[in-house]
Amino acid sequence: MYPDDRRYSKDHEWIVITDGEARVGITQYAQEQLGDVVYVELPEVGRQLKQGEIFGTIESVKAVSELFCPVTGKIIAVNADLNDHPELVNSTPHETWMIRLSLDDPSQVDSLLDAVSYGSSIE
Amino acid sequence: MSDTSKVLKKTALYGRHKALGARMAPFGGWEMPIEYSGLTKEHMAVRLAAGLFDVSHMGEIEIAGVDALAAIQQISCNDASKLEIGQVQYSALTTPKGTVVDDVLVYRLSSDHFMLVVNASNIAKDHAWISQQVKSLGDVIVVNASARYALLATQGPAAVEVVQELTGVDLAELRYYHFSTGEVAGQRATISRTGYTGEDGVEIYLSPQSADSVWQAIIDSGRSVGLLPAGLGARDTLRLEASMRLYGNDMDESTTVLEAGLGWTIGWEKREFIGHDVLRRQKADGVKRKLVGFEMVERGIARAGYPVLLSGKQVGSVTSGTQTPFLGKAIGMAYLPIEQRKPGTEFDVEIRGRNARARVIAMPFYKRQRS
Repeated sequence: MYPDDRRYSKDHEWIVITDGEARVGITQYAQEQLGDVVYVELPEVGRQLKQGEIFGTIESVKAVSELFCPVTGKIIAVNADLNDHPELVNSTPHETWMIRLSLDDPSQVDSLLDAVSYGSSIE
Repeated sequence: MSDTSKVLKKTALYGRHKALGARMAPFGGWEMPIEYSGLTKEHMAVRLAAGLFDVSHMGEIEIAGVDALAAIQQISCNDASKLEIGQVQYSALTTPKGTVVDDVLVYRLSSDHFMLVVNASNIAKDHAWISQQVKSLGDVIVVNASARYALLATQGPAAVEVVQELTGVDLAELRYYHFSTGEVAGQRATISRTGYTGEDGVEIYLSPQSADSVWQAIIDSGRSVGLLPAGLGARDTLRLEASMRLYGNDMDESTTVLEAGLGWTIGWEKREFIGHDVLRRQKADGVKRKLVGFEMVERGIARAGYPVLLSGKQVGSVTSGTQTPFLGKAIGMAYLPIEQRKPGTEFDVEIRGRNARARVIAMPFYKRQRS
């Protein structure tokens, strides 16, 4: 269920690293809990984020939730598709990245949960 | 308010909801289904086909006796003398200040027997308030009969045909805001052509013991038209699209009936009712603020409690707001100074520290096409 090419935070974000760059999104479990996503508010490109810092908000019809950055880094891109298609978070949560980061310390990722630990944490 | 020692109440259909995998949450002291297959899907089913809601948490207060009509006329602002037996009326229970104790449906069961359907969170308050008010009004008894009723709402353009298959009561003859008694799926029921979604449909009052079998019969009967079980989440977005007020959000004991835009419920021809003098004066002088509907002009979703600003100064708060599934835009309601009530007026909503532009638009946001 949870792809093992990436790591997971306790706040239900995933992070995957390719070519020294990280992409961050939310998990299948998180989107199920939220329900139908209708709005994703993302930060400015260039912003520096600390591990655990709020980087945006996500809204379902019913509720507003905050998005937490799983590692420290600088935003190099945000997924503009989500402005018009926030429902992608529901349909393909693990393919739908929200922000891309350049990392200060890639080893921070190792402290996050792997797919098995995350999977059992939400059972 | 919250008392952790109090166990949440469960409706007769609790087991059904759990079996259907509903997301449950506390609402008005009850553990209620918020959504089953998804709020948007359920909302659209009600707009385009049909939905089935368990709204057994709603309260029923019966008022009977030779002086029952006089009692209703005193506590409720609408004119109940206009009600025929078998007819329903929307009204408000008013305070001496003309503000709202609760919004209610008044059912005339017989010439001297009425039933008020009240909000779940207000059952105890309403019962105490009514009992206190009618003490000096002669031969009248007030009974909290809530535990005797389960309530199923079948709503949507196909709702009536779905229920018609299960009852001998001719629903084509049952006019809007009227009710009839008979059997639904073999169970004794009161069928009411009412609802809280902006669609046609019926609300079915049953004994809690028969709720489960009737629920299943409606699900089975509705399968071919695409009826879905629908939760309180969709009920809230549906009622907001239809511009129906929610007690506790859009009106309460701090807002008058006129400010809430419910002047049409006031029986001005009645000689008196609680708070009538204040409301008559307010009508003559004009209200200073009014509940308006708005849509977001800039990106963002206004939510209940978010500040409303005019020229940078806070003038009120959003009372209800959401991204609506059917209309596909962010809408809401808020109290604005009377000068700003006109459609087209723009103001700001503060959304988590950022101001986003909104514009007053006419209510209702959504109105069904009547056949």
